[in-house]
Amino acid sequence: MWDWKYAWDILPQLLSALKMTVWVTLCAFVVALIIGLLLAFAARSQFKPLSLITKGVIEFIRNTPLLVQVFFLYYSLPVLTGISIPAFYAGVIGLGLHYSTYLSEVYRSGIEGVPKGQWEAATALNYTKAQTWRSIILPQAVPPIIPVLGNYLIVMFKETPILCAITLVEMMLTAKNIVSQSFRAFEPYTLVGILFFIISYIASLLVQRLEKRMNLQRGK
Amino acid sequence: MLKAIGIDEQAELSKVPGQEGNRIDTGTKPIVKYTGVTKSFGDLQVLKGIDLEMQPGEKVAVIGPSGSGKTTLGRMLMTLEEPTEGTIELDGELLWHTHEKGELVRAGEKHLHRMRSNVGMIFQHFNLFPHMNVLRNVTEAPRKVLGLSKEEAEERAVSMLGKVGLADKLKMYPSNLSGGQKQRVAIARALVMRPKVMVFDEVTSALDPELVGEVLEVIREIAEEGEMAMMLITHEMDFAKEIADRVIFGAEGRIVEQGTPEEIFDNPKSDRLQSFLQRFRSNGI
Ligand SMILES: Nc1ncnc2c1ncn2[C@@H]1O[C@H](COP(=O)(O)OP(=O)(O)O)[C@@H](O)[C@H]1O
Ligand SMILES: [Mg+2]
Repeated sequence: MWDWKYAWDILPQLLSALKMTVWVTLCAFVVALIIGLLLAFAARSQFKPLSLITKGVIEFIRNTPLLVQVFFLYYSLPVLTGISIPAFYAGVIGLGLHYSTYLSEVYRSGIEGVPKGQWEAATALNYTKAQTWRSIILPQAVPPIIPVLGNYLIVMFKETPILCAITLVEMMLTAKNIVSQSFRAFEPYTLVGILFFIISYIASLLVQRLEKRMNLQRGK
Repeated sequence: MLKAIGIDEQAELSKVPGQEGNRIDTGTKPIVKYTGVTKSFGDLQVLKGIDLEMQPGEKVAVIGPSGSGKTTLGRMLMTLEEPTEGTIELDGELLWHTHEKGELVRAGEKHLHRMRSNVGMIFQHFNLFPHMNVLRNVTEAPRKVLGLSKEEAEERAVSMLGKVGLADKLKMYPSNLSGGQKQRVAIARALVMRPKVMVFDEVTSALDPELVGEVLEVIREIAEEGEMAMMLITHEMDFAKEIADRVIFGAEGRIVEQGTPEEIFDNPKSDRLQSFLQRFRSNGI
């Protein structure tokens, strides 16, 4: 049933697709980190229309499937605007934007974990809003959420097969192409699963270690 | 001499269009002036019309039962709480409002930022920055807010930390300090900003009894230096008696009685103050 030689032959192709998959994930994660932070700020804004619109956008993105969103970016947007986005960028933006709404929630919990007294002390010392964020709030809000952000990175990595639907040549599409040429499905898809598992598992071990280290630091 | 200048300035000020005339008749120009200030949280009115003046350098103790609105009074001066009605003036200028076309309007952040540089506050729970060591807790604001160089800020901070007895703790983090040490760092952190008025909000009530003394000692020294006005919200009656120029007794959102420490503690007039002090003495505090 399982053909070792065949598996060995297709491995290089899958490994190079793995590189692409990791790359897409990292780029999308950076997008999610930045947009997530902006969404978290905007949702907290004193300016009511901004915070309402932001919350609405967050709800909308969260309650529509990622697949529909990347289809929209890749297939519909060019029709609407005349600008077509390469599959890689559509994937990065789609995945990043989708998860930015979850990360904004993570930031929010981190920000709300900073005691009110810290804001008040900053005001009493006459820090501006921006200075308060930069030197008082974020340095305290971010470290505790780093493990959670790490977990989202892993979740995003495992979502990448969706991007094969917009012709992004990540692992899943590579496997599919192999299958369509050789008509052997068992080895390619099994290998894809194993590769996902190895990377995700290593990453989750790293996140756990990070979490332990941070708990130790906070405990002291 | 000082008084004469004060009167002239008053006369000048009352000519400014849009400013109310006949402001003060005490002669000197107050550093802090509450006029008809009320504060409500939802339906709950916690301050019910406060008129209060503090002179430059004056040490005013604020006493009263808990829940009477003392903290709220101080927080409004620190711009942490906005008055519902009335005005507060700081050094002759409105704190929460500006005049626009002869009308009083809520001031913007820029105005508040400028005004805040005159005020500092020490909190019950210290509110030190846990991610910075002692030295950085005290140098950050002078550098970022006042724009001092690293050297200037450190010089100022080290000398202030020496004054509060913590010169040997510069590299420690707040979590490794005792409550008394934390509060002394907080005092140094506020003092290096050199405000004209400092609000002390029950700064010893979160401390273990044996640590109260070291903090009061530091405050006593600051008070003796004289130039900074101090609003001391406190339950330490002996301390208030010792260092205050004037004591304010408030209850249920109003100033019930005020006077010199002798008048308040030795000759209380109102029943409320008498029973308040009675209760304090019988509790042996
Ligand atoms: N942010 C707030 N929201 C609602 N109620 C408040 C708030 N701050 C204070 N209060 C209420 O206002 C009253 C006065 O509080 P406070 O100024 O802290 O009194 P004191 O310092 O004299 O004990 C209390 O009843 C308190 O519960
Ligand atoms: Mg209080």
